[in-house]
Amino acid sequence: MSTGTTKLDVVVSDVVPVNELVTRFHFRRRDGDLLPTFSGGAHVVVEMRDGDRTRLNPYSLMGSPLDTREYTISVRRDDVGRGGSLFMHRSVKPGLEMVISYPVNLFSLDLRAKKHLMLAGGIGITPFMAQTAQLAGEGGNFELHYTCRTASLGTYADVLRERYDRRIRLYHDDREERIDLDRLLSTQPLGTHLYVCGPAGMINWVRDRAASLGWPSEAVHFEHFAAPQPGLPFDVTLAVTGKTIRVDEQQSLLEAIEAAGVDPPYLCRGGVCGQCETNVISYDGKFIHNDHWLSEEDHRSGCKIMPCVSRFEGRSLVLER
Amino acid sequence: MAAKSIISRPVYGTLSPQPGKHHLFIADAEGALAISDMAARAPAGFFEGAEIVFIAGPDGKHVAELEALKPAQFHQAPSFASLLPRLKQTLTNAHMGLRLYLGGTEGLIGQAMQVALEAGIDHTSMQTEHRGSLARRMQCVHCKGITENVTTQPATCAHCGLLLLVRDHYSRRLAAFQGVCINAEDRSEIPPMEEAFP
Repeated sequence: MSTGTTKLDVVVSDVVPVNELVTRFHFRRRDGDLLPTFSGGAHVVVEMRDGDRTRLNPYSLMGSPLDTREYTISVRRDDVGRGGSLFMHRSVKPGLEMVISYPVNLFSLDLRAKKHLMLAGGIGITPFMAQTAQLAGEGGNFELHYTCRTASLGTYADVLRERYDRRIRLYHDDREERIDLDRLLSTQPLGTHLYVCGPAGMINWVRDRAASLGWPSEAVHFEHFAAPQPGLPFDVTLAVTGKTIRVDEQQSLLEAIEAAGVDPPYLCRGGVCGQCETNVISYDGKFIHNDHWLSEEDHRSGCKIMPCVSRFEGRSLVLER
Repeated sequence: MAAKSIISRPVYGTLSPQPGKHHLFIADAEGALAISDMAARAPAGFFEGAEIVFIAGPDGKHVAELEALKPAQFHQAPSFASLLPRLKQTLTNAHMGLRLYLGGTEGLIGQAMQVALEAGIDHTSMQTEHRGSLARRMQCVHCKGITENVTTQPATCAHCGLLLLVRDHYSRRLAAFQGVCINAEDRSEIPPMEEAFP
């Protein structure tokens, strides 16, 4: 069993279309018990058995942490991705038995904060659904700014407005509405913590502006799940087991290692948590590092790789495990 | 600079200019030198957004050096207690983007940090530099009284009179080192008192 990824046997209790791109899934325990408790910002890894392929994708829990009768996630359909979200949209129906991991939180609230300032872009809204529910229950001080392409793609914007009224500020790209970020960041009371979840460009923009406006990095939290990118197939040898395996175009290195019967540790499967970091024994070719965990120096050294999101092009690659 | 002994014993750094719009400096005595040394490495115009609060030592030195930096505001206070209301007011009205720089004795750094922590600044994001006396602020673990400017080991509690071993065990909440009775078994045993924190 992998570190931190104890499994839960669940059944899909409901599937609800939210808008043209997003569908919500509800899970309950097969034995009828309560699910494990979690905190706002936590995710679970969902195992998708698609014929002879198994995909494992992380999704943020978006229900209230105060209600553990069911877990809910929202999946945005990605027509050009590797197929995980398409599988969820097409093949997952109420009654289907699935396996998910225990919740893991790599994007938790800092409860010492005097105020929580949240910035969401697109489907990046999901962790904030749980965080706002958690804070509202505790009378917490928060403010959420949410940017989406159009009003109809503002997933749960109506729910949030209904629940929290003026604590929610919406921005629609098609109406050229933009967050006045510098003003927003410069007028926050001392002791505010900033949370951002959305596309990589948005996260980089917000982190950059916050740093140059004097926000200490300790007060800036962000979450970005980089989905594994497809690429050219390549072969890899695992030194400990002596296995040589093929990573195909649509498969991540981590998935190929798992398919070969090795059970490596992982938590986020998005290149940020560091759990699956692996030592490189030897290589002839070039790495395509897609992670946010290793330093630039690590990337240049060719001594380490994050198999959840990174790939390789070349003649030979030998990893430790 | 103080050496690291046990994990709670604070370790200080060297002040360095941070990005941001507002810079609040709090210093006592030779802490002024930490500020003027940093000023040499600061970008042009840095002190236009700076406020310096300074408690001069008994010799009254270093005021002119700080004034020469031309901060937006310069304020002198006779003691930490006297600047406390003003500091609290400043932090209450402050916004994210304010950076805090503390220079001087451990007593000053610790107490200013205590107020800033309450205002919501993470202690790891404050710039600190220890200069001048090694004198400690000590809490007697028996009567809970605080004795300022302890320079000897052991030290006498100014409140209950017990003879205390000054430990490196530091409380960020109290901004004080812990003093524990050194002769609890036999009060007639008086170990020699040394100047340990000059």
